[in-house]
Amino acid sequence: MKNFKWFSRSWMTLVYLFLYLPIIVLVIFSFNEGRPTRWNGFTLDNYADLFQNQQVIDGLFASLRVAAITAVLSVVIGTLIAFVLVRYRGFVGKTLFSGMANTPLVMPEVVLGLSLLIVFKDLFHVEGGAYWTIVLGHTLLGAAYASVVIKARLSELSLTYEEAALDLGARPLQVFFLVTLPMIAQSLMSAALLVFTISFDDVVIAEFLKGPGVQTLPNVIMNYSRQGTKPVVVALGAMIVFVVSFVLISGSIWMQKREKRRQAEIAAAFRDAT
Amino acid sequence: MKKNVLKTRWGKWWVIGAPYLWLMLMLMIPFLYLLSVSISEMVQGGGYLPIYRDGGWFFKDNYTPILDDVIKGGTYRSAYLSSIYYAGVTALLCLLIGYPFAYFMARAPQEKQPTLLLFVMLPFWVSMLIRVYAIKVLFNDSGIIATTLSGSLKAMGLITEDLHLMNNSFSLLFGMVYVYIPFMILPLYSTLSKIDVRYWEAAADLGSTPLKTFFLVTVPLSKAGIIAGMLLVFIPCVGEYVIPQLLGGADTLMIGRVLAGEYFQNNDWPLASALAISIIVLVVVPMMFLNKYQDAAQGEIK
Repeated sequence: MKNFKWFSRSWMTLVYLFLYLPIIVLVIFSFNEGRPTRWNGFTLDNYADLFQNQQVIDGLFASLRVAAITAVLSVVIGTLIAFVLVRYRGFVGKTLFSGMANTPLVMPEVVLGLSLLIVFKDLFHVEGGAYWTIVLGHTLLGAAYASVVIKARLSELSLTYEEAALDLGARPLQVFFLVTLPMIAQSLMSAALLVFTISFDDVVIAEFLKGPGVQTLPNVIMNYSRQGTKPVVVALGAMIVFVVSFVLISGSIWMQKREKRRQAEIAAAFRDAT
Repeated sequence: MKKNVLKTRWGKWWVIGAPYLWLMLMLMIPFLYLLSVSISEMVQGGGYLPIYRDGGWFFKDNYTPILDDVIKGGTYRSAYLSSIYYAGVTALLCLLIGYPFAYFMARAPQEKQPTLLLFVMLPFWVSMLIRVYAIKVLFNDSGIIATTLSGSLKAMGLITEDLHLMNNSFSLLFGMVYVYIPFMILPLYSTLSKIDVRYWEAAADLGSTPLKTFFLVTVPLSKAGIIAGMLLVFIPCVGEYVIPQLLGGADTLMIGRVLAGEYFQNNDWPLASALAISIIVLVVVPMMFLNKYQDAAQGEIK
């Protein structure tokens, strides 16, 4: 038993090390002078270069814009997809629908990117330089992921609330906006966050659908990565790690506080009742 | 009252129709387009000649050259083979590393499990491109790891030349395992954590050794998780484009890169489309298996 514990501990530690070592090395070398190969001394120059790099800044704003629009669109479409999958059993073409809803999750992105690119170029004569091509491509992917998250929440909801509202004379749209939506609001939030991350992160679809005028941040990184390892990109990567950690940590603290407050309120309500 | 029923029925078709239309426009039509471009003639400098023109149908077979190449053993064959090979090896390595990990996680104290799981998922939120770039930094030829390893192995007399860790099959596999291992751990963990402890107790009571229990009880019970995890790693790896581009070398050409090359460098739309169709054919059978086993494994990815 003792052997088992020792073995399991070390195996898990090694896997975690494997998952985190590259990220840690990246953060350390972002403070390195010169090329990120051997330690030459501490500096913040890479970050100064980063904030003056116009390509990176443009890419950042392009990515933020694309990711924000994609997140909103994906949550709307993903909610509809999830709603249809959970609530409507048996309509014409249901199998086709659920098949199509799942396809973007597993289809290699090169295939999605190429097929959309050909349609955009051929039907709409897009020569690139537009945000909306990237947004549409990302929304195809994002809506599929959003629908998975929202579906999980919708399928555990009881229908009784909506039926009660209908019995009390609410119109279907009212029921959706006043009853269903508040109940799934949290899953919509997490879906939006997930889709934002996916869109912000995606290279392949953006590589296919970007034009000469618009480059997302991953496109910029891809361009740089063809020239070996660059200190600016390392600093950019470390910056992303910092921002993501900050958002995740403050987010979880906020959630914990809210949970505590909710617990306190429930306890208070019980006290008042008795 | 009657009016209301009518309204909701119309409403139903709106609710179904809108996402249906979206998927048709964004998935079905592009796919049919791809199919039609894949059997048309290329135009120098990009574009293609439509298959219906001048009052007749003009098909061009773009598949035979690919098939020919695959049979005779050219670039495409090696790209297909190495795609399948690297995706398969990645899936296997993920299983070998991830299975014990998921098993230990499922047997860890109940209250610790959410935290352990969280730390598996955490890297996912950091851009995948950045994490792949980090591996580039880690294994740089003049970096610490490569130079120390080279130096010590040379000192031991095992190698004579400098060790290259980057832009070869090692860095490619390392990167793919690194990025995709959470996709293996999650479905495995979700099946393993659902196994009733009493099975293990019963096996122990009946005199089975832990190792025997593991292979005769645990592994068969987690079959759905193993298959779902392998496919979740294998399928995206077959068409992977970014990791081979950043970490692969000249000898690790994969089909995703070939497709991008045909489109962007050679401007050969029909051939690129035919390659895309061939990738779909390549992953469609694993995808059907995945659909079957994923429900069983309840492997919700995120």
